[in-house]
Amino acid sequence: MRRPWLPAAVLAGLVAAAPVGAFTLEEYTFDDPARAAEFRKLIDELRCLVCQNESLAASQAGLAKDLRDEVYRMLQKGQSREEVITFLVARYGDFVLFAPPLKPSTYPLWFGPLLIGGVGAFFLARVLLRKKESSEAELSPEERERLRALLAAEPGDGTPSQPGPKERA
Amino acid sequence: MAKSVKFLAPLALFLALVALLFYGLGTDPRKVPSPLIGKPAPEFVLPVLGEPQRSVSNEALFGQVSLVNVWASWCVSCRAEHAELMRLSREEKDIQIFGLNWKDEAPDALRMLRQTGDPYVVSAYDPENQVGIHFGVYGAPETFVIDRQGIIRYKHIGPIDRRAWEETLRPLVQQIKAES
Repeated sequence: MRRPWLPAAVLAGLVAAAPVGAFTLEEYTFDDPARAAEFRKLIDELRCLVCQNESLAASQAGLAKDLRDEVYRMLQKGQSREEVITFLVARYGDFVLFAPPLKPSTYPLWFGPLLIGGVGAFFLARVLLRKKESSEAELSPEERERLRALLAAEPGDGTPSQPGPKERA
Repeated sequence: MAKSVKFLAPLALFLALVALLFYGLGTDPRKVPSPLIGKPAPEFVLPVLGEPQRSVSNEALFGQVSLVNVWASWCVSCRAEHAELMRLSREEKDIQIFGLNWKDEAPDALRMLRQTGDPYVVSAYDPENQVGIHFGVYGAPETFVIDRQGIIRYKHIGPIDRRAWEETLRPLVQQIKAES
């Protein structure tokens, strides 16, 4: 008996079972849904220092769990989002924040790409504009006359010629 | 002249970028600088490893230059630096090596000390990372250099080997000792 649905069913079962092995955030319960949303948002914006590219929400490292617990405790005690961030930054540095704060030492980080992009755009625009001007100025009256003659002669010989870059201008 | 500048400017920019990236190759992104340098060591009270009825606090750090070494029996690099810590505890009599046993189980930790020796004047037992968080610990081993006033002067991330001691930690410890 052939069962074409079997691989799909097995795959669906595996996919459904995968999260079972992972941790959940269900253990962190709040009476106030707004507080719960704040908690989720906060642990999404804080970095796990062990795995570095994972947030506290995503990381399975032991340290991430400790910090999640700490954030949870602080929020449960009624402390604000800012207090949690200040607490963690005072101990682990700005690195715990995925978005670095705006301050003089991070200006290059925030504005450097804009500056570099701006300088690049300026030079690109200058080169493009200059090219346009110069190519227009290149044709002298005699050249224009010759060009006109060539274009007028073309239909006669039957083989369309490929216009070169100069002729197109 | 103007033409050569035009040629050289992109080259100079490119070389600057290469230099920046080359510098980046040599830095370790896993070493996150601690914001606690220059600040007093956090206050804490923890049980002593192996003697749960006794406790130890941050006051143990006053009056002497201390190395606060964060360690655990599960931490392979801690075992690697253990021999160097043992040597320091024998040869450097005027510093104290204070252990912070971090996220560990007391029986495992005590077994490790029995087997390989105990370089610590005392080890504070912090299985739940209560105090580790206040020190900004994010891995083991880490070692904090703390002066006689209890101010954190330096954080060494990763194992202490002979080279780290000779090149970085010893000069710093000597400078701190000369201060007061």
